[in-house]
Amino acid sequence: MAEALLEVRGLTVRYGAAVALADVSLQVARGEMVALVGPNGAGKTTLLNAISGVIRPMAGRILLSGRVTQVPEGRQLFADMSVEDNLRIGAWSVRQRDPAAVYELLPRLRELRGRIAGTLSGGEQQMVAVGRALMSTPDLLAIDELSLGLAPLVVDSLAQHLRSLNRERATAILLVEQNVRLALELCPRAYVLEAGRIVLSGSAEELASSAAVQAAYLGGAPEPVPAVASGSEDAEA
Amino acid sequence: MSALVQYLISGIATGCAFALVATGFVTIHRVTGVVNFAQGGFAILAGYVTFSALRAGLPHGVSELLAVLLATATGGLVGVISIGRRGTPLLASLIITIGLGFLFYAVEVAIWGDQPLQFEGVPGVFGLAGLTLQRQYVLIVAGAGVSFAALLLFFNRTYLGKIFTACASNAYAARLAGINVTRVGIAAFALGGLLGGLAGVLLLPLRSLTFDSDVDLAVNGFAAAIFGGLQRPGAALVGGLVIGVAEALVAGYSHASYQKGVSLVLIVGILVWQASRRPQAD
Repeated sequence: MAEALLEVRGLTVRYGAAVALADVSLQVARGEMVALVGPNGAGKTTLLNAISGVIRPMAGRILLSGRVTQVPEGRQLFADMSVEDNLRIGAWSVRQRDPAAVYELLPRLRELRGRIAGTLSGGEQQMVAVGRALMSTPDLLAIDELSLGLAPLVVDSLAQHLRSLNRERATAILLVEQNVRLALELCPRAYVLEAGRIVLSGSAEELASSAAVQAAYLGGAPEPVPAVASGSEDAEA
Repeated sequence: MSALVQYLISGIATGCAFALVATGFVTIHRVTGVVNFAQGGFAILAGYVTFSALRAGLPHGVSELLAVLLATATGGLVGVISIGRRGTPLLASLIITIGLGFLFYAVEVAIWGDQPLQFEGVPGVFGLAGLTLQRQYVLIVAGAGVSFAALLLFFNRTYLGKIFTACASNAYAARLAGINVTRVGIAAFALGGLLGGLAGVLLLPLRSLTFDSDVDLAVNGFAAAIFGGLQRPGAALVGGLVIGVAEALVAGYSHASYQKGVSLVLIVGILVWQASRRPQAD
């Protein structure tokens, strides 16, 4: 395997008495695309927030040999500000605040640069959120729910952009995604997180052909099958 | 007729000072969510410092500048104490600002005593269309005008100003962009201190200086600030002017002691009005 860009080891996060993540380990290599799938409440966002450094883990280590930037769930744009201002604020932690390189990758944003972010369509907003994260020239882009609430055609175009970003700039991507089919199509490797634990991991083909993943996420039986079930009642609710 | 114009002009001048205090409330509240109860104190502190600096023989301009700088630093310090520790609940921060406001009283009484003091602003009067006006009014309006123009430029044209707005708009996203939102909050407190200090050095030469006169400034400033729901600096400017003029008219045509009621009545009125239109707005 190539050089590890991100290595998470034995990560545990609690919110009060509730355990959000228990002994989670995960790796992303430089330039790799990795998917993280799992049901609502599994701890995917918590994991991204710990990797982004906005919450502190109780135990475990996060080793990062580069910059990570998160595209948060629900876009979380600065709604009253222009697209270009949103982008420039994304560059807070770096010197270069000229959005030209991002416009080159996402030309649509150049057309929208003067528009107020809150007035854009969902797909355009997601593009701004991705562009804003790219402004900090991350080595790893952590995307929380790329497709949530977006039309399939819009999602396809965003996925294309992520592919070319990965190919042309070798930016690694950790994709949290409810649409497991899309996630496994886009990313050669994936982890399945349930009730705060990694229950499965492997190549996209392995996971896509696994009975457990098929049943739980790819339109099989409605409830998780025993191989994936973690024993928590919440996870199955 | 000439009395009316006189009241209007003095009301506008006082209103400008209220608007500066109000903008301090707004700047701090937008970024941190805290209503800073020590806001009036920055103005009084600046007044006392100007008084002492002038006494010590420093010229005008330098004295006021020193006072505003000290108010700015004090604002930053209030910020560090009230929100500096990550995860401090909003209500705790708010109560800390109340406590610090009382600490201001103690320090001010210890240094300057509890008797009213007076310091000079721009001396003299000038005639305009048959009216006699204090020169200090011109200074207040000009000072506030320049301050608001500078604020407008800061928030809309500078990168740092946009960082303030970003933190106010979405603190979570700002944090993900690597912005230390707590530090920006502390900077907002410092800016609030600066605006309060400006209000103090501009307005207080027209009033007597006592340690507890911050209440009057804070209540008027707060009333002006809630014109824009504690969110919009522009609305705070309008609010300040409305309150200043209304108070001058009430004092002029009825009795000066009714003046204080004006802002309180306005606060209640605005809150009721805002509450009544909330369902439609959402």
